[in-house]
Amino acid sequence: MTHRTDTQSQSGIARKMLSSNKRQWTENMTGKLVATFCAGLLIVVVLSITYFIASKGLSTFFVNGISITEFLSQIKWDPEGEPAVYGVFPFILGSFLVTTLAALIAAPLGIGAAIFMIELYPNFGKKVLKPVIELLVGIPSVVYGYVGLTLLVPFIREQFDVLGFSLLAGGLVLALMILPTITSVAADAISAVPQDLRNASLALGATRWQTIWNVVLHSSLPGCLTAIVLGMARAFGEALAVQMVIGNTTKLPGSLLDPISTLTSGITLNMGNTVQGTPYNNALWSMALLLLLMSFVFIMILRIIGRKGLVNK
Amino acid sequence: MRAKIMDRAATIVLTLIAVLIIGILVGLLGFILTQGWHKLNLDFLTSPPDIVKAGGGIGPQLFNSLYLLVLTMVIALPLGIGAGIYMAEYAPDNKFTQFIRMSIEVLSSLPSIVVGLFGLLVFVNMTGWGYTLFSGALALTVFNLPLLVRVTEDAIRNVPRSQKEASLALGITKWRTIVSVILPAALPGILTGTILASGRVFGEAAALLFTAGMSSPNLDFSQFSLSGPTSPLNPFRPAETLAVHIWKVNSEGLAPDARDVADGAAAVLIIAVLLFNLSARWFGAWIYKKMTSGAN
Repeated sequence: MTHRTDTQSQSGIARKMLSSNKRQWTENMTGKLVATFCAGLLIVVVLSITYFIASKGLSTFFVNGISITEFLSQIKWDPEGEPAVYGVFPFILGSFLVTTLAALIAAPLGIGAAIFMIELYPNFGKKVLKPVIELLVGIPSVVYGYVGLTLLVPFIREQFDVLGFSLLAGGLVLALMILPTITSVAADAISAVPQDLRNASLALGATRWQTIWNVVLHSSLPGCLTAIVLGMARAFGEALAVQMVIGNTTKLPGSLLDPISTLTSGITLNMGNTVQGTPYNNALWSMALLLLLMSFVFIMILRIIGRKGLVNK
Repeated sequence: MRAKIMDRAATIVLTLIAVLIIGILVGLLGFILTQGWHKLNLDFLTSPPDIVKAGGGIGPQLFNSLYLLVLTMVIALPLGIGAGIYMAEYAPDNKFTQFIRMSIEVLSSLPSIVVGLFGLLVFVNMTGWGYTLFSGALALTVFNLPLLVRVTEDAIRNVPRSQKEASLALGITKWRTIVSVILPAALPGILTGTILASGRVFGEAAALLFTAGMSSPNLDFSQFSLSGPTSPLNPFRPAETLAVHIWKVNSEGLAPDARDVADGAAAVLIIAVLLFNLSARWFGAWIYKKMTSGAN
């Protein structure tokens, strides 16, 4: 008798061990489902941002009947005039000008700092320069704008006897803001260059600078370009810091010292004061759509650079 | 000989650049802190702002910034960690995963003002809430989600494979393994990233202008209900944060001491961001020592 119950209970345990545990199975699947849901939410968010901004932004052209080419190329912005004229060219030009100026200033400095950090004094770079760069990233953009407003604008005003609010001030503030981005991405690219390449160059009798210039920078070029484009993308979309120092006029600038407007500054200043659904308000949404499209363009450029980089290796 | 001279010249130039950057940071911090130092007293930090007279403080703004940070993290952290788990543990190599990667890339490069406008459209107008703390928190969630997902994914990928395999070999289900083995091991990385993300939330303004709004009701700090219009804890009230306040005071401030208020507020903001940064750094180092028992 006892023998039989033993085998019975044994086969019971065996059955239990071999069959799947329902509670655990449910838990396992629920977990996977929740994680998938969270990830899927990212797609939903991106699609709905694109959809909503596009539907508002396009209504300028399809509901209010403003022609797209006029909207983009007109140099007069007079949304409250009779008849109202919606030409956003000054804003677009302003955005591109400050972005380019900022990149021209920040790229040499940022890549230079990255070289210093990786190639010249790695110890000092890691202990001092890297934390400094990380702190600069953390400083909020309004603070950059505020410092620009209280230091840079009066300085330019006194030096050049102009208003002070200018393209130059905007470019300098933005350069400072994107400097850390460029430095840290370029530093990653430079430190990814294989040590063998450097050794080979040095063994041929090249100086340290010749090695850096001909070998290290050459093979980290895609990474450095990525750094600059990332910085430009950040500069193009920055709103408040720029708005505080560029003066916000819709006249085309004649020089570096003239005040300008950017897409972002136009939106921040007027979005709160216009009534939803009016052509003026819709024109602002179209400007937001332009910003969105530009950030897609930047992503495409980054992808192209990335692919080129892989081919070179 | 020329090559040697070039080498020296380049070294000098690059060193000057490094010195310049360090100088800029020191100058920037020094300028903001010395300008705002005299404002840093309890009265300024706790009293409400004054629109036309001098002597206003930043009490409500400071509270709003902190409360918004908590709200944002309560919403964003679970979503970010969930998506991070998916990307690190489940994500098969297919179109869906590629599409998510693309979405993360797009989200992290979106200008914050565009995120704010999306928030205005969906969380403010379509829901009919108006400018509320909650709308602001949702907009900031969108803004911070990509960062949190990346941080979580990296942290999970850095957990040694053997730990996961040991758990799976014991017959523990995949989900249990993730929750009770992988996540605890990845926690330091996630926390460090979260503290840094908090610094970003604290200083963000452009995404909040049109979601949490540019005004704050007269808060009554003796109330603790979740629905009263002047209750500080009510998430459905407009709330101007510290960063937004700095911008507003500068562009449309009427008070005679607007510059002073902005100085003080900027100093508080910088100190808060420094605290977030240093604590992330310190915490990261401490937990690293603890986990690798490097100290003993």
